[in-house]
Amino acid sequence: MAEKIATREAYGRALVALGAANPDIVVLDADLAKSTKTIDFKKRFPERFFDFGVAEQNMMGTAAGLAAAGKIPFCSTFAVFATGRAFDQIRQSIAYPRLNVKIAASHAGITVGEDGSSHQSVEDIALMRALPNMTVFVPADAVEVAGAVKAAVALDGPVYIRLGRAPVPVIHGEDFVFRPGEAVLLRPGNDATVIATGIMVAAALEAAAVLAQEGVAVRVLNVHTIKPLDVAAVTRAALETGAVVTAEEHSIIGGLGSAVAEVLGEHCPVPLKRVGIRDTFGESGKPQELLEKYGLTPADIVAAVKEVLGRKGKNS
Amino acid sequence: MEETLIWKLEAKAKEIRRYIILMTAAAGSGHPGGSLSATDIVTALYFGVMRLDPKRPDDPDRDRFVLSKGHAAPLLYAALALRGFFPEQELITLRKLGSRLQGHPDMRKLPGVEMSTGSLGQGLSAANGMALAARLDGRDYRVYVLLGDGECQEGQVWEAAMAAAHYRLDNVTAFLDYNGLQIDGPVEEVMSLGAVADKWRAFGWNVIEIDGHNFREILGAVAAAKETKGKPTMVIARTVKGKGVSFMENQVDWHGTAPKADQASRALEELEG
Repeated sequence: MAEKIATREAYGRALVALGAANPDIVVLDADLAKSTKTIDFKKRFPERFFDFGVAEQNMMGTAAGLAAAGKIPFCSTFAVFATGRAFDQIRQSIAYPRLNVKIAASHAGITVGEDGSSHQSVEDIALMRALPNMTVFVPADAVEVAGAVKAAVALDGPVYIRLGRAPVPVIHGEDFVFRPGEAVLLRPGNDATVIATGIMVAAALEAAAVLAQEGVAVRVLNVHTIKPLDVAAVTRAALETGAVVTAEEHSIIGGLGSAVAEVLGEHCPVPLKRVGIRDTFGESGKPQELLEKYGLTPADIVAAVKEVLGRKGKNS
Repeated sequence: MEETLIWKLEAKAKEIRRYIILMTAAAGSGHPGGSLSATDIVTALYFGVMRLDPKRPDDPDRDRFVLSKGHAAPLLYAALALRGFFPEQELITLRKLGSRLQGHPDMRKLPGVEMSTGSLGQGLSAANGMALAARLDGRDYRVYVLLGDGECQEGQVWEAAMAAAHYRLDNVTAFLDYNGLQIDGPVEEVMSLGAVADKWRAFGWNVIEIDGHNFREILGAVAAAKETKGKPTMVIARTVKGKGVSFMENQVDWHGTAPKADQASRALEELEG
């Protein structure tokens, strides 16, 4: 995994590519075009780019009106503002009337880094997942971003796409096909399953490689669509491997870990451990330092797998 | 010609007011006060101004109306039914389980409703979005939006006011139903809007002040808005909450209280007169 690209970079490129093909695509930003990379779209299609200044609520509401009149607006800003500042607008003006608005939330999670907790969204997945009509994509790499943006255009209804600031490894080849709602089996294995999303997918693969050297065959499922969750793949993994670890750069409350726990609890309870941010706000620091402090490294996933294996009554 | 139109509007407004009473009485809940205050504005728009074809509610060239103060839903529903978007008999289902006439407007349920509203402060943003889309598509439809005065306490209204002026949305015409009362009391006491006309002007809007119960002034303001280029228009319409029903007029308690049977009969008698 040599090449590293930030998912927000891939977002900017995908917008330009799709914008050329579809004149209904319009892009909205809230004074962060250089950071969210919508600046590329602005340069190419200035008449279809609208900056709303530091006013996320109005941006979301205006997007609703654009969508009601047949446009496909992409609203871009940092995840923490997209979902927190404008939650009511997303709920009332976008999700409830099921309008065709795409929310591209960059700088998600703690890896936004030094800006600290005010800029680190650790609850955005939970917020968006709770909204009826909302589809939630959390791409793991640049290739998935391209697929997610394309899928969002094809999908008639509100979509949340979670993007990161820091460069992340490219996992998929160019032939990867993004299918909304379908989990991707990245590594087979029957001892335990790591279900990961976003930047934690690469970490899960690293953890699986470490465990393989110790003779533990870990299945790695990449869940790029948190909602609708691939219930069949999650259930199958639980039944076939008997132990599950979830990994996400998000609070363990309300995100992927909760979504998986809900499925397991209802369908096939097995030992489960959620790797994620443990009900706390973040702090300033380098992305890597923060990942280590908050327990989001491959080593943390390895430890979690060992714990569930112990509870499973195997390898203990 | 104009005389004829104004007689027609007066007759329609009376019908709409009667329906507002009937509907809220039948529902046992709802918001008659702010529906009655804005009745003449909405009547003028639906029966004297807007380009609409009820047989083609999705016509891309239609004029749009966004009821930002979504609690005045009975008013919007009555206007839409009388304009032919759905049967008048359905009005009586307001707020009942399974009805298309939700407590606040739901664009996915009822034809003619342009935007789902009810959470205050959001309608102007949506109207701006429709107006931007008209510009992108080279269409000449106009977007009308009705705001309440209490609603202008929401910060988003001012974000949207700023953006409409910034993007020179002269195809947006907003009406402020300035009846001076909100749930907790007089707007002036709860949270004063101060020099509200100056505020809109300072945000870059063309501001027109009228008597919101005078059809000549309402139509005149719409005509002036159409003539105004390069900026959106805000029509500040002084209105009376509960207008047309003596015991409801200027009474804050009628903001969100439905008339009981005897009160409804008295109101209907007055509206007959």
